[in-house]
Amino acid sequence: MVLIFAEHQKGQFKKAAFEAVTYGYKTAQAMGSSCAALVLGNATNAAELGKYGASKVYHINDAALENFDSQVYAAVIGAAVEQTGAKVLVLPHTSTGKSLLGRLAARLNAASVAGVNALPSVDGGFRVKRPVFSGKAIAEYELKSDVKVLSLMGNALKPEATGQDAPVETLSLSIPAGRVKVKSVERAEGTVPLPEAELVVSAGRGMKGPENWGIVEELASVIGATTACSRPVADADWRPHHEHVGQTGIAIRPNLYIAIGISGAIQHLAGVNSSKTIVVINKDKDAPFFKAADYGVEGDLFEVVPRLTEAFRKFKEH
Amino acid sequence: MKLLVCISKTPDTTTKITLSGDKRALDTNGVQYIMNPYDEWYALVRALEITEKSGGTVTVINVGLADNDAIIRKGLAIGANDAVRVDIAPQSALNVAKQIAEHAKTGGYDIIFLGKETIDYNGSEVGGMVAELLDLPFVSYASKLELDGNTATISRDIEGGVEVVEVATPFVVSAAKGLAEQRIPNMRGIMTSKSKPITVLPPAPFDDLAVTVAYELPKEKSAVKMVDPNDMDELVRLLHEEAKVI
Repeated sequence: MVLIFAEHQKGQFKKAAFEAVTYGYKTAQAMGSSCAALVLGNATNAAELGKYGASKVYHINDAALENFDSQVYAAVIGAAVEQTGAKVLVLPHTSTGKSLLGRLAARLNAASVAGVNALPSVDGGFRVKRPVFSGKAIAEYELKSDVKVLSLMGNALKPEATGQDAPVETLSLSIPAGRVKVKSVERAEGTVPLPEAELVVSAGRGMKGPENWGIVEELASVIGATTACSRPVADADWRPHHEHVGQTGIAIRPNLYIAIGISGAIQHLAGVNSSKTIVVINKDKDAPFFKAADYGVEGDLFEVVPRLTEAFRKFKEH
Repeated sequence: MKLLVCISKTPDTTTKITLSGDKRALDTNGVQYIMNPYDEWYALVRALEITEKSGGTVTVINVGLADNDAIIRKGLAIGANDAVRVDIAPQSALNVAKQIAEHAKTGGYDIIFLGKETIDYNGSEVGGMVAELLDLPFVSYASKLELDGNTATISRDIEGGVEVVEVATPFVVSAAKGLAEQRIPNMRGIMTSKSKPITVLPPAPFDDLAVTVAYELPKEKSAVKMVDPNDMDELVRLLHEEAKVI
């Protein structure tokens, strides 16, 4: 059996839970086995995990599970694995899941792989892949133990709700006392630091004329980015030449490159495709730049850019 | 306080990744290795700050072969009192953790520090493993840690927020950005590090359960994720939480 730890926040399942159940269901299918979900703490709608492929949901609701203590959770999940005879345990690759993965691997003396982003291959040995070196390579692992533990990278696959509610049962197991006391849970203020982030907002011919650059500059100023432009824009003297990025201009590799109204000619890409994350905003869905982008927005830049600026501003303010 | 800091060796962030001929390993030719920044900048420095304020010792431990001594010396130059190296090239996180736990179980450490993850494999597994093997509490992603006697108050990063917890020593803690400020070793530190001891221990026997069978290079960029043009909050969220560039 494949057992999924379905994480929830105040009773609401996270998307990661549905993804994990979908992943577990597909893995179980490949293994000719079934998939069950495990829910710890107070959750109201555990049965809905059945829709994503869990044929059974084990729900252990106890006051001791109200707050997260990796030692307590690992003891309970480990006992559940043993009681149910699960051979594969799938956790979400979240702060909670990651805090449990190592504990459970050690507890169950199980092979483990963190942050898998594709289904395992199960013919002739259990193998699974994950990205390593910031996505610069992919490693494939063989897991040689009887029980295997995986954490599933977020957004690795789409949750698929195809089935119906599953029966919910409990398990009788002992819950140890926790040694980590949760004092408070606060909203973070400015948790993601910007200083190291090199941000670039770049625009092209889609801007229609130099008089329209206000929205680009505003976006850049809100996130503290440098402005850039494509070659035709520089050639037309809409923008100064020192802003020109691309093969014949400046080659850049910022953490974030936002390309606005740039089609993405190969010469342009050559100068920017080392960027860690590329966002492309273009009204032409066939713009080649979308193929090189991490995130694409198909839409009128004169509407999308101010909206994005607003969203960043809102993000910055809270 | 007796503190242990687990340090790991990783390729430098800018390393270009190429594979060996049989694709079963990375081509390490020309790869520049560094101490994992989360171990060095945050875990080690916070441990040093604690002993500087309240007394005690900081030991660094590394699981690896003799060519890791350079980064161990750096840990000593930054200020650790002594070092332990377990002489094995492990294939899996569990093997690393077993070696560390084997040493720590008789070491009498009050706190075991390590970075929240290594920058090469980003597995984030070893801390939990060490804690489980030693039956200790584990607090992950610590961005703040204050000690009052034997009780630590720790802020840990969680999705979209911070959780504040309290835990008594002994425990294991993994360090995130914010826990301390990077320290550059000074000349005195570098000189004294040369006379500080590195104890080399034989490995405890353990067969790796998860082994790397192949590497591949990404063929092309994964498909673009389209975001609804009416929902730029979602784009900001993705950049924030998924791409982690904002």
